[in-house]
Amino acid sequence: MRVPLNWLGDFVELDGSPDELAELLTNAGLEVKAIDRLGVAGAELPWPADLVIAAKILRVDPVPDADRLVLATVDYGADSTRQVVTGAPNLFPHLGKDLGDADLWGALLLAGASYRNPYRDLKITRLKPKKLRGITSDAMLCSAVELGLGEDHEGIILFEPAAELPELRPGRPLTEVLGDVVLDIDVIPNIARCASILGVAREVAALTEAAFRPPAVPLTMDGPPVAGRVEIATENPELNPRFVGLLIEGIEQRPSPYWMQHRLQLAGQRPIGNVVDISNYVMLEVGQPNHTFDYDLLRQRADGYADGGPVQIVTRLARDGERLTTLDGAERKLRPNQMLVTDPAGALSVGGVMGGRNSEIGEETRNVLLEAAAWAPGSIRRAQRQLGVHTEAGFRFSRGVHPSQALLGARRAAELLRLHAGGTIAEGIVDHYPQPAPDVTVDFDLGYLRRLSGLDLGAEETAALLRRLDFEAEPADGTDKLSVTVPDHRLDIEGPHDLIEEVCRIYGYDRIPSTVLSDVLPPQRGNREQSFENRVKDTFADLGLQEIVSYRLTTPEAEAKLQLEEAEPPSYIRLANPSTLDRVVMRRSLLASVLEAAASNSRFEDRLALFEVGRVFPVNERDSLPEERQRAALALTGPRRGDHWQAHADPNDCFDFFDVKGVVETLLDRLGLTVEFGEPEAHSAATVFCPGRTATVLLAGDPEPVGALGEVHPTVAASFDIEPAAGQPVLAAELELDRILERIPDSLQVEPVPVYPEVREDLALIVGEATPAATVEAALLAAGKPLLCAVELFDVFRGETIGDGSKSLAYHLTFRAPNRTLRDRDVKKLRRRILGQAEQAVGARLRE
Amino acid sequence: MIDQLDDIEARVSAALAQAADPEQLEEWRRATIGRKGEVQLLTRRMGEIEPADRPAFGKRINEIKTSLQAAFEARQEALKRSVHETDGDTDRIDVTLPGRRPVLGSLHPSTLVMRRIERIFGDMGFQTYRSPDVVTDQLNFGDLNMPPDHPARDMQDTFYTTDPSAVLRTHTSGGQILAMRERHPEPIRVILPGMCYRNEQITARSEIQFHQIEGLAVGPAITFADLKGTLTEFARRLFGEGRGARFRASYFPFTEPSAEMDIACLLCDGQGCQLCKETGWLEILGCGMVHPTVLQNGGYDPDEWSGFAFGMGPERIAMLRHGIRDIRYFWSNDLRFLRQFQRFV
Repeated sequence: MRVPLNWLGDFVELDGSPDELAELLTNAGLEVKAIDRLGVAGAELPWPADLVIAAKILRVDPVPDADRLVLATVDYGADSTRQVVTGAPNLFPHLGKDLGDADLWGALLLAGASYRNPYRDLKITRLKPKKLRGITSDAMLCSAVELGLGEDHEGIILFEPAAELPELRPGRPLTEVLGDVVLDIDVIPNIARCASILGVAREVAALTEAAFRPPAVPLTMDGPPVAGRVEIATENPELNPRFVGLLIEGIEQRPSPYWMQHRLQLAGQRPIGNVVDISNYVMLEVGQPNHTFDYDLLRQRADGYADGGPVQIVTRLARDGERLTTLDGAERKLRPNQMLVTDPAGALSVGGVMGGRNSEIGEETRNVLLEAAAWAPGSIRRAQRQLGVHTEAGFRFSRGVHPSQALLGARRAAELLRLHAGGTIAEGIVDHYPQPAPDVTVDFDLGYLRRLSGLDLGAEETAALLRRLDFEAEPADGTDKLSVTVPDHRLDIEGPHDLIEEVCRIYGYDRIPSTVLSDVLPPQRGNREQSFENRVKDTFADLGLQEIVSYRLTTPEAEAKLQLEEAEPPSYIRLANPSTLDRVVMRRSLLASVLEAAASNSRFEDRLALFEVGRVFPVNERDSLPEERQRAALALTGPRRGDHWQAHADPNDCFDFFDVKGVVETLLDRLGLTVEFGEPEAHSAATVFCPGRTATVLLAGDPEPVGALGEVHPTVAASFDIEPAAGQPVLAAELELDRILERIPDSLQVEPVPVYPEVREDLALIVGEATPAATVEAALLAAGKPLLCAVELFDVFRGETIGDGSKSLAYHLTFRAPNRTLRDRDVKKLRRRILGQAEQAVGARLRE
Repeated sequence: MIDQLDDIEARVSAALAQAADPEQLEEWRRATIGRKGEVQLLTRRMGEIEPADRPAFGKRINEIKTSLQAAFEARQEALKRSVHETDGDTDRIDVTLPGRRPVLGSLHPSTLVMRRIERIFGDMGFQTYRSPDVVTDQLNFGDLNMPPDHPARDMQDTFYTTDPSAVLRTHTSGGQILAMRERHPEPIRVILPGMCYRNEQITARSEIQFHQIEGLAVGPAITFADLKGTLTEFARRLFGEGRGARFRASYFPFTEPSAEMDIACLLCDGQGCQLCKETGWLEILGCGMVHPTVLQNGGYDPDEWSGFAFGMGPERIAMLRHGIRDIRYFWSNDLRFLRQFQRFV
């Protein structure tokens, strides 16, 4: 809502600077998004007081040998008049006339001042004297665009004295006449009453305690009575509680007076002609949208259905299959929940949203029926959404315009039509008001106010604050209560909590004290899930991985890249109204997110180590809401070490299977969990990995894997467009974090530091190639217990000396007894037992 | 004989000064104060001395030995030092060459900022409470005092799923209802972080997903003044001592009175600049007293209980604190952006 301060000043005394006013309004919930200055100090194009001035046009003469130029003689307050050459087409009608009595004024800009040059992309240009057809020209009469006031460059600004303009005198600085400051106010839903100059003025009056000057709305009705010519009825008073009609006859269509055009322009509306401009002007000024029908067209229709009887306006819900071509030219299929203004011949307009072509004001229109009605907000909102039209009228009605405003708006619009379109108002207002809005009275418990606001205000003080907003507020005798009556322009007050906001707003949020929470501290529980999740993220970051966060919206196709073979896509939570084609379903895989990030970074990075912790959304067959599962995924590829000038690039020193496994091992160990790695079942979900280079992650005692890791199949990596250097694999893992977190022990148990020394022995065993290292290790531990306390693999060797189909595994064995120092022969004996059992269990023999 | 001792001392001392490296020094030691060295051997000549002079002779020899030993050690130190000082050309390193730096990982800026915010509120007794991303229309709107056709629904463009009753949450506010229902009848202080979604054009200033951190306090005596105090303290801790904050009236269907909290612009300190659109203030969060209908929907009697709620966008806060110009960076996962947060403070 753009609010020109001169217009606002019609209804409230403005003290203080525009900046102060803007701050006051902003703090009270009418956020001023921008302050536009036009002509005045601080404007982008200021009008110097001595160089841009009001000038009275005295006469207009032809310029010899120049058909397209005229010479205007102006009085600009100097001792003598001045002649200005101009090509303005709107001066040509005055050619050769003495305009002394016409009281026609222009905006004169003298050399030295700057203007927006329409011939140089509106660049701000300083006016220099020049010669035009032999006449020295060192001044110009300006168009709106040249002064930065609007888009109009069809002619120069021509204006007449008017009550809405400051007094004109030749040479008066133009800033005082047409200069203005416009506040651009963000109208949030609960202050829809401020979507008007009048509404903002009320608010300013309440905030500054300046006097509010409600508009006087005189109405001169001296035409033949409307009675018997127009009748109004409604079938749905709950959706259309009031309909005010006025008949104005004999209007003349012409441009509206300059002051009105000027105000509309400042408020962001393009002037069109007096009838439309007046309708817009009244909507902006009092907040009451209104509509004009061509009365003669209605009359013709009535002759068809009433045979000389009155025009019968009926508001009702649309009928099945009913259609209407609206003012924008679109033929609209109407729905049975939309309110229409109709007559017995059919639909005339979509009530409160948009008028119809069939009764539109045309160039020939002389007689108009003016409508100012009240419509139910929900119904207007629905109609706007269904029809896909959002009009200024609809904006206001959908947020609520009080029915009391309809009469005000109708009177104001009719009188302006009389004054500025030369019409005669037919005697009588047709005011169909079947459902008068009830007075709203609220019992306002001041204890509630104190309890919620933290303010200790007395009854009289509170009542005074409310009265500033036109509430009637009376302390109820002997109680801690106020009886508050809501003013008849407000629809937003439903209960005492709404009044608390009004009291706080007018009192000033900034004056309310700040206190430290002293209320009961609730039981503190922490958030176990979150603290473990933080530990997971910290561990990954400590291990050199970078956290990423991806869109949780994706496409089934993007996730299908994880599958080597085409498979039936799983079901997804799917958007009904996606905004882009690549974000249509909620993701089911975190691995796909991480691989996508690896791909986008692989264009400019060799070494990638990424992880993400986040939700996936598998469909829950029994509910419209998905399960939300917490996952962690990571991807590694490229050189294992960072670049350094001393390190010689070694293509073999790149991330491999054991790096990703090491990350997962470290993570789970740090979470206090014992983990095992298994071979995935054939055709399991782990097909994203190379066969034989992948493992499932198992927690002790749970046969269901909590994750999988491995070397991403090159075909999958390629389908994600990850292009690592030749021979460098992409490693990845995905873990079901929520299942892992459930298993994390609550506390760490510390082992005592050993008292007796340990004995370390090395042992190299030759086993079959197919024997897993984990099996060998388990056999060693089983054989050596309880004195064998640690087994650490330090070498894997294959070669001629070992023989084909075999491998050598070399271990550090650590022996320790809890209660004595082990002797050599203890260890020798144990070593023999271990060897013997290892041979039995896994066919191992000692490598000599 | 005693007279000769002075000459010997002078000569030996001079020889010490000639020792230029550790080998020569060792040679000197062996020849002089070593076990079979010249000075040691002097004691053997005690027999050649008059008995009356012997004590003086012995004393003098000891003096010489002590002084030479000290001189030797001093010379040894000096030589050691000079090796480091002068002979180091071959071992000298160019200390301006880059050091060997381990590759570090780091957390995403959203994680970092959210942790910081949660820690500040954690200190004030606000516990983290998490709730789902995909929720019912009722929870996202209806329970929050936004029935169908409510004008406030225009303020947020919602992603609907193909099941009309399920939406992607447009704010974390629905979590308030879940927290209240779960914690009832305890008083409540919770922080609700989570991903939210809105059907908007993706531009430098708007995204289809973003985090939100909601806060909720419910108790028997919580006031608007408490709301101001709590959030002013939060702003002080997040943005630093002396950072001005203001509260201005606003509108949310689920709070009343409602407010926006602004802080003095981080760039111009309130003077007016491009960042704050010449207002001098930056909008940080929306807040207000929990609407009685919402309290009721959560199971708390508004005649007995009151509360406040607030919500903020960690990405927006990160953008303001770190001068990030484009919100699209957050989910672009570009390492050239993310790695800079290794230096997050």
